Amino acid sequence: MTRRRPERALVRPHVVTGGRAHPTRNIFDLVTLVSATRTRATGLSPEKRRVMELCQGGALSVAEVAAHLALPASVTKVLLSDLVDSGHIVTRASAADRDQTEDQLLREVLNGLRARL
Amino acid sequence: MGSVLASDQLYVRETVRQSVKILIVGHFAVGKTTLVGALSEIRPLRTEERMTQAGEAVDHLAGVPAKTTTTVAMDFGRLTLSDDLVLYLFGAPGQQRFTHLWNDLARGALGALVLADTRRLEESFGVMTLLEERGLPYAVAINQFDDAPVFPEEELREALDLLPTTPLVTCDARDPASSASALIALVEYLISKHQEPA
Ligand SMILES: Nc1nc2c(ncn2[C@@H]2O[C@H](COP(=O)(O)OP(=O)(O)OP(=O)(O)O)[C@@H](O)[C@H]2O)c(=O)[nH]1
Ligand SMILES: [Mg+2]
Repeated sequence: MTRRRPERALVRPHVVTGGRAHPTRNIFDLVTLVSATRTRATGLSPEKRRVMELCQGGALSVAEVAAHLALPASVTKVLLSDLVDSGHIVTRASAADRDQTEDQLLREVLNGLRARL
Repeated sequence: MGSVLASDQLYVRETVRQSVKILIVGHFAVGKTTLVGALSEIRPLRTEERMTQAGEAVDHLAGVPAKTTTTVAMDFGRLTLSDDLVLYLFGAPGQQRFTHLWNDLARGALGALVLADTRRLEESFGVMTLLEERGLPYAVAINQFDDAPVFPEEELREALDLLPTTPLVTCDARDPASSASALIALVEYLISKHQEPA
């Protein structure tokens, strides 16, 4: 955890995420690849600015963003889905959206692993 | 942080369009982190998830007292398999009660490699049940520790109560080629499952 706000008496959900009740975080898998579309991050919260700074260098999975920023994956998903909504972040197509059969995908995985032997 | 950002390998290659994941699972100290580290092209990373006692993820940074939550750590690594494709390996803890975390990990995963230690085979049962409950196909790899007994395959299959079709291999989690071979056995099995009529 990077920093902690002072403890509050009551549970206040989504402090970091700006209070959205139903974040669209379910569009994200841990391995969904994300990258930044723009360099300006003005007006964003400190956490979102850190995400933008990291993601400007290239594509990373959601899990990598979480690990590099020392944030829980669930928090990272909420931040990223906000940044997708505001046009700061785009996702690359996940394997599931591609015009490739499961069999072709598995064979590509197999070939890649065999190349490591 | 600076050194991490300076590394060439930090980001996924520009041409990559697809990502897939395989889970590396097993009981405490069976070699999950070692296997991920042997294969990963990036320094293995770790994410931590704060879970409530009920097993729900805490998806905000404030407001829930730390004493009511548990932190669950997952190690993971990355392998670029082609110009187009990266594979992520997640070393996942075997605790049954983190249902939410397990659902999140298992969703979309190609399959799982169950690491087992012949000195405590029965400790692998819990994680195999977790996978079966989620319909996630798996192969079993005996991580052969130096002082662990060696059993014939048939005895191991019986002790682990494996289906005849479930692959069972032996590996050394410290060795990249041996670990890659174990994953190959899993992926070959996934391909064969795919070919049989559902
Ligand atoms: N001799 C031998 N030692 C191993 C092998 N694999 C792992 N080890 C050692 O076993 C210990 C545990 O390995 P880890 O990779 O940390 O196991 P883990 O499953 O990630 O453990 P937890 O995350 O604590 O559940 C480490 O000290 C490793 O160096 C192996 O194949 N042979
Ligand atoms: Mg470990």
